[in-house]
Amino acid sequence: MWSLYTRRRLVNGVNLAISMLAMGFGLFWLGWILWTLVLKGAVAMKPSLFTMVTPPPGMPGGLSNAIVGSLYLTVFATALGTPVGILAGVYLAEFGQRGWLAPATRFINDVLLSAPSIILGLFVYEIYVVHTRHFSGWAGVFALALLVIPVVVRTTENMLRLVPHTLREAAAALGAPHWKIITLVTLKSARAGILTGMLLAVARITGETAPLLFTALNNQFWSLDMNKPMANLPMVIFNFALSPYDDWHVLAWGGALLTTIGVLGLNILARVLFRQKSHPL
Amino acid sequence: MSIQTSKEQLSPISQPPVAKITVRDLNFYYGNFHALKNINLDIPERRVTAFIGPSGCGKSTLLRIFNRMYELYPKHRAEGEVILDHENILDPGQDLYKLRARVGMVFQKPTPFPMSIYDNIAFGVKLYESLSRRDMADRVEWALRKAALWGEVKDKLKQSGTSLSGGQQQRLCIARAIAVRPEVVLLDEPASALDPISTAHIEELIHELKTDYTIVIVTHNMQQAARVSDYTAYMYLGELIEFGDTDVVFTTPKKKATEDYITGKFG
Repeated sequence: MWSLYTRRRLVNGVNLAISMLAMGFGLFWLGWILWTLVLKGAVAMKPSLFTMVTPPPGMPGGLSNAIVGSLYLTVFATALGTPVGILAGVYLAEFGQRGWLAPATRFINDVLLSAPSIILGLFVYEIYVVHTRHFSGWAGVFALALLVIPVVVRTTENMLRLVPHTLREAAAALGAPHWKIITLVTLKSARAGILTGMLLAVARITGETAPLLFTALNNQFWSLDMNKPMANLPMVIFNFALSPYDDWHVLAWGGALLTTIGVLGLNILARVLFRQKSHPL
Repeated sequence: MSIQTSKEQLSPISQPPVAKITVRDLNFYYGNFHALKNINLDIPERRVTAFIGPSGCGKSTLLRIFNRMYELYPKHRAEGEVILDHENILDPGQDLYKLRARVGMVFQKPTPFPMSIYDNIAFGVKLYESLSRRDMADRVEWALRKAALWGEVKDKLKQSGTSLSGGQQQRLCIARAIAVRPEVVLLDEPASALDPISTAHIEELIHELKTDYTIVIVTHNMQQAARVSDYTAYMYLGELIEFGDTDVVFTTPKKKATEDYITGKFG
């Protein structure tokens, strides 16, 4: 007869094995995707990728306009969305204890957080592109900013809630007014977490294609005019990958690799920052 | 009685102490919960007054009324009078920030702000005074010396306040409270999260501070209350059971309930 202990060890072993298998299954596909990406993308990695604009089929070219376009869209969208997100997050965490407005805002933010990004693209198309009668970089920025806001709101609120309440009381006990407590004490202690949220938001929008489809569209020429259609990596990947031309396929793989490296780098940076800060707490 | 006389002889100030804070018919409510019931109490100036009692008896609640800390939370309500130097601080017309400049507070857990040691001390001072760089540096040094921390941190004032040990952090918080030059210092279980050596440091500090400040301390540790305080208030279920000279309360308490609590029969 098995003792209880033997049985427990056996159950533990079986469950552990199942968990490891599940992890292996997930990692296998991820590894395969990354491997294919590096293999196919590496072919495109030459100086011309960064110096030449997107070519017509059969001509030599690169992705310089798309890379710079993506940087512009991301930087402007982050610059626009982050302050709004942080302010709203501060409101929810510091003033949202009473009344109906905060719970309502929190709920709408959660809806926005999980809304399909194509809907946000359509929304900006309806209220902006239709009226200006042309696609533009700004329209792309607005659509991406709408993706940034809910992520930043959520992380800001969560990080501010992690700040020990005693710290707020200590500042209040010295006679500090509420706005000084927020700006000098709580926001400061939640700084790393809020920065992490911002980086995660940036990582999220760098790969988004759907909201750009109706807004920034694409541009095969070099253009830094935010009032004109703007080239960007996701749209270029989308167009080139669907094309029948081999040289366009190579560029699409190159773009995909660049995007992945960027997002991966940001995620790693966010983790490192957060770990550094959260350790001594 | 003999203990009382010997205490009087040892006391550095021979006149009977003046009441710094006078509590009259104070009631406190958390929503519908009646947390403090008809408290009447005189807290003497430049003495240490300890509040003792089992958890939930209202001693911290009472302490947090003296700087109106409870106002941070909705549905917390105080009724009655708390008179600090002839002015009722519960009067809505009283300036909250001025009150908190006069009544400092130190909490159970050390609460250094996420900034340098220097800025931690300067934070409170900057709220009330605009000092030159030099005067501010002097004030910071003065406060750190007062809190017996200067020797340990004078070479690392630019370091983060959170890098200090728990006991040092707590002395930093005391220095921060003192730097504003309050008249009253409220201590809410200031040593309960510290090791015995740090606790001894803090208790020594309390002894030194009472020559300049009126100190009110909440503590779970009865030995600590006996060691550091001149007066002791025993509270139970929101009522003030007994208040008097610490030696008397600990040796010949008037009420049976106080004696039971102090001797460990209850609580």
